[in-house]
Amino acid sequence: MTNIENPKVKIKARNMTVHYGDAQALHGIDLDLNANEVTALIGPSGCGKSTFLRCINRMNDVIDGCRVGGSLSIDEQDVYDAAVDVVELRARVGMVFQKPNPFPKSIYDNVAYGPRIHGMAQDRASLDALVERSLKRAGLWQEVKDRLSASGTSLSGGQQQRLCIARAIAVNPDIVLMDEPCSALDPIATAVIEELMEELRRDYTIVIVTHSMQQAARISQRTAYFHLGDLVEHGQTETIFTTPQHQQTEAYISGKIG
Amino acid sequence: MTDSHIVSSFDRDLADLNRLVARLGGLAEQQFAAAIDALENRDVSSIDDIIAGDSALDRLEQELNDRAIEVIATRAPMARDLRSILSAVKIASVLERVGDYAKNIAKRSRVIIQEETNRSDTISLARIADIVQGMLRQVLDAYATGNAEQAMDVWARDQEVDALYSSLHGDVLAVIAKGAEQASVSSHFLFIAKNIERIGDHTTAVAEQVYFQVHGSMPTDERPKADLASGPSVTT
Ligand SMILES: Nc1ncnc2c1ncn2[C@@H]1O[C@H](COP(=O)(O)OP(=O)(O)O)[C@@H](O)[C@H]1O
Ligand SMILES: [Mg+2]
Repeated sequence: MTNIENPKVKIKARNMTVHYGDAQALHGIDLDLNANEVTALIGPSGCGKSTFLRCINRMNDVIDGCRVGGSLSIDEQDVYDAAVDVVELRARVGMVFQKPNPFPKSIYDNVAYGPRIHGMAQDRASLDALVERSLKRAGLWQEVKDRLSASGTSLSGGQQQRLCIARAIAVNPDIVLMDEPCSALDPIATAVIEELMEELRRDYTIVIVTHSMQQAARISQRTAYFHLGDLVEHGQTETIFTTPQHQQTEAYISGKIG
Repeated sequence: MTDSHIVSSFDRDLADLNRLVARLGGLAEQQFAAAIDALENRDVSSIDDIIAGDSALDRLEQELNDRAIEVIATRAPMARDLRSILSAVKIASVLERVGDYAKNIAKRSRVIIQEETNRSDTISLARIADIVQGMLRQVLDAYATGNAEQAMDVWARDQEVDALYSSLHGDVLAVIAKGAEQASVSSHFLFIAKNIERIGDHTTAVAEQVYFQVHGSMPTDERPKADLASGPSVTT
């Protein structure tokens, strides 16, 4: 178990660079992310938040013309090592996107999809149990337990997003990446997801991109401020939002022209 | 940090709060000066106005609190913006207290003017009043310009006020020991001196807020203390 005074580093990025063709999107990012914490990545659009997130589960690899440099390790294991099984990595590092994207399948099959392809359940009963546990962890079980065969797309936006979270955690990841997970949700659905994240961080390390300063302040323990592909400032969330050390950070969080 | 907010009405909200603090500060200064003038000139004619004038400070403080709550609720301020709103609220409450002390000085001055038989016997509070008025003016300037150094200068000057109060305390006791018929008048002098000394303390509280607003932390050094005669303390 880790505690906030003595956190364990889960993800360690060193001199991470990303190019899309000739354009450099990240200029050598050094960043340690702690286990069992929520880290919020903030900064103006195009500053490289999503690009950094995709470094963690090697989603940049599938983008044409994208080149990644530097090093990134999870639990001190190099994620970019040739021996790493990328499919396994992406199970270990789940991802939730801005727009809820359930498969056009039943609620049950949405959650069972990952465990099935990773061969995680021996029989129907253990798969049922895994689906139930994942839906419970995602705070959705009570709302869907009587209609597991209904289509995932029939749910409300907030429920769909929690279904995507259930799908991500069904394969037992260590890390959950969230790229603006609440930007398409109303305030109530947002609050439900925020409450859920506080729960989830007991079991997972969470990295979230958000454009809402209030959301970052509410849910994260650490905040990292990116600007034009550089990491400007990283620290305890309370410090970033009360006494940031850099003028650029202050200007951004205060809604000032930088 | 002179950058303006992208949403310019937010800047106007913050400027409104600053203006309210400035008005409150101006009123507190005025009330304090008028009370000291009434005492120094032994002039009762303005005392009713000073006492009645205190409610204007109460109203202004309330108005500022209401505006601050609105701005916090509607703008969700961060970092220095949030500090400046909290500071404005705290400074307003201090200035309202300064108004209370001024009112108390005015009330006691009336008794002194009515009961005093021989002015040559009494001590003068002109010097301590002058210093504290200067501190109040300076700390309000420091607030208006966001100058933490100027504010901390006021903080340091409070030491002088404490020392002066201690010596006045001794002087008053000596006067009381000399002649019993002046004891009541002398005790009012003592309370007025104490009120002035407290206003000095309050200016240092404003100074700390200016520092906090600029730096995001409270000044760390222990404030220099030179109050030798703590004496029996009296609440106002
Ligand atoms: N697939 C892509 N192809 C080319 N350029 C991209 C791609 N994705 C992002 N970029 C560029 O990289 C920079 C960082 O983008 P991104 O990481 O999406 O920023 P953010 O998430 O902070 O808005 C931007 O200039 C963006 O245009
Ligand atoms: Mg993005």
